[in-house]
Amino acid sequence: MALTEKMTINMGPQHPSTHGVLQLILELDGEVVQKATPHIGFLHRGTEKLSEHRTYNQVIPLTDRLDYLAPMSNNLGYCLAVEKLLGITDEIPERANVIRVMMAELTRLKSHLVWLATHALDIGAMTVFLYAFREREAITDIYEKVSGARMTSNYIRIGGVTADLPAGLEQEIREYAESMPAHIDEYEGLLTGNKIWQKRTMGVGVISKEDAIDIGLSGPSLRASGVDWDLRRDAPYCGYESYDFDIPVRTECDTFARYKARLDEMRQSSRIIIQALDRLQPGPVVADCPKVTLPAKEDVVNTIEGLIHHFKIITEGFKVEEGEVYVGIEAPKGELGYYLVSDGSPMPYRMKIRPPSFVNLQALPQMVEGRLLADVIAIIGTLDIVLGEIDR
Amino acid sequence: MIDGLIMIVLILIKLGVIFAVIMTMAAYLVLAERKILARMQLRHGPNRVGPFGMMQPLADVIKLLTKEDFLPDRADKWLFLLAPGMAAVTAILTFAVVPFGPPLQVFGHELPLVVIDLNVGVLYFLGLSSLAVYGVALGGWASNSKYSLLGGIRGLAQLISYELSMGLALVPVVMLARSFSLTDIVLAQQAAPFILVNPLAFLIFLVSVVAESKRTPFDMPEAENELVGGFHTEYSGMRFGLFFVGEYINLVILSSMVTVFFLGGWLGPLLPGVIWFGVKVLALCFFFIWVRGSLPRLRYDQLMHFGWKILLPLALLNVLLTGAVLLWSRT
Repeated sequence: MALTEKMTINMGPQHPSTHGVLQLILELDGEVVQKATPHIGFLHRGTEKLSEHRTYNQVIPLTDRLDYLAPMSNNLGYCLAVEKLLGITDEIPERANVIRVMMAELTRLKSHLVWLATHALDIGAMTVFLYAFREREAITDIYEKVSGARMTSNYIRIGGVTADLPAGLEQEIREYAESMPAHIDEYEGLLTGNKIWQKRTMGVGVISKEDAIDIGLSGPSLRASGVDWDLRRDAPYCGYESYDFDIPVRTECDTFARYKARLDEMRQSSRIIIQALDRLQPGPVVADCPKVTLPAKEDVVNTIEGLIHHFKIITEGFKVEEGEVYVGIEAPKGELGYYLVSDGSPMPYRMKIRPPSFVNLQALPQMVEGRLLADVIAIIGTLDIVLGEIDR
Repeated sequence: MIDGLIMIVLILIKLGVIFAVIMTMAAYLVLAERKILARMQLRHGPNRVGPFGMMQPLADVIKLLTKEDFLPDRADKWLFLLAPGMAAVTAILTFAVVPFGPPLQVFGHELPLVVIDLNVGVLYFLGLSSLAVYGVALGGWASNSKYSLLGGIRGLAQLISYELSMGLALVPVVMLARSFSLTDIVLAQQAAPFILVNPLAFLIFLVSVVAESKRTPFDMPEAENELVGGFHTEYSGMRFGLFFVGEYINLVILSSMVTVFFLGGWLGPLLPGVIWFGVKVLALCFFFIWVRGSLPRLRYDQLMHFGWKILLPLALLNVLLTGAVLLWSRT
């Protein structure tokens, strides 16, 4: 009998394809994975604890750094939770809601583009990486124009958004959204029909519908396992119910299905962006709730009342009645939830974040068991995890 | 006596020229690959060193030579130091049998444009290409690193899956040319290059050659996304450089082999033979770069399936068919 020995291999936290500082302890028999144990926490920054010592507005920049590939979705989820706690959800002006939807969908595109780029690169198709980053670059430009920052946007605020869109940006976004389907065709041309791509993704990382629900998968990973569940339709926010879009659901449960589901989702996102642009009417972008939102800049500069108002909100924040609230949104990677508890002070008593990547990562050991090392890379890619969000 | 001396001097000159040309070509092939890939990928590629980045290879060599030559803890010292050399030397040696032009007349002597026209040239090429994998396997094993080891194992697994079909794809060529000598094989293609006579053998050989060159879509031994750097993870400085250069020399050699076996070598109308040879080799190199720019990577078990279950039976069938046709045409 041949003497065989299991090899334990440390994959990460410094590895080119673990998408950040994920560490996997792999037990290998040859190249076949017997057992995978994910170790997380290398990027822990204590976001939840930090937010207990900041006013509600001061927490927003912290959320940028959770899923740093989709900052505006994080802003949005948090702001929706605070608004619900304050009971001002219905007072958000129409224009702010439309801009929020538009930005959330641009963010979805941005996040999915990075996913596609890195996923393809991991499987060896490096040209797709640069094509996808070309389109992502345009979105970071849009981010910069609306918020001044390319990644940590901090744009969506409690009660609305920071500022109105700069002049001419609507046209730019429209051109971008209209060109997107052609770009997606381009990626598909390089990958979808490619026999090698199909061999590397079809039947790899299968997770059944039942397991997906048990583990708590969400987002495209769940929908590729045949579960028709999307919070934009099933628990709408920001007026998503009034937009016309499809939710791509696939039943193959494998990496290829997740790939197709995300690409189809990108097409739907550009549809939503165009619809949002069509209904964009001039109007205020911040709710008229003086206790919560900042006064107009002219008032701050010209009137003492405005100055005091501004000063109070900046230095003290605003008090929120006692209570607790959970809001989940459909972030690019799945259900992003914020659970907030208020004790009546201007700071959250407790903030618990439900990051989609963290929950989705749970499926990894099951998906890679019995697969080859090369598949582990493909499966990490297909789960679309971001360690900033997992470790918080 | 004088004749013998002239012969030796001529061979030495040929060796020197070929060595210089191959090293330069390998260095500039790296640059060309970076430039061409960059163009395909909406980038600029190296353009800082010299005009259009033309001095980049020089800068790279200086960088590699001045880097620390690192020996990992508890590595197998001699094998570790030897492996990069094996990779580079076997690649260079192969070029000895490649005829790159028609014989020249110098000082009343006929000077064949090949270092040595072995009568078993095909076997020499196959033998060296099998030896080349020792560089990969030993380098991976001696590094005392698990990622390197996996890369080395992949290299070996890959070798045994394509080597057979590569050899078998050449059998019809030898049958058609009735010789193992590369010069004779080129001369046998005067009527039509073997790519037209036997396209199946060409395809099998081309696929095997991509696998032999360890390039996308068969770059599993060094898949940087999976194995960090594969067999050369632990190498630094010029030892890494030798692996790297060996790979590009190998690319030139393999392109030359495809040219010799299937594209009619130096044969071609109007232009001198050497230029035809160069054009064909460069076109093949471009093809390899293009493939790298467009395809993802296979898994190594998939390559083995492909090698054993598709390429090998096809190659065997092709040998049989070619034999049958040759017999039939003779009677």
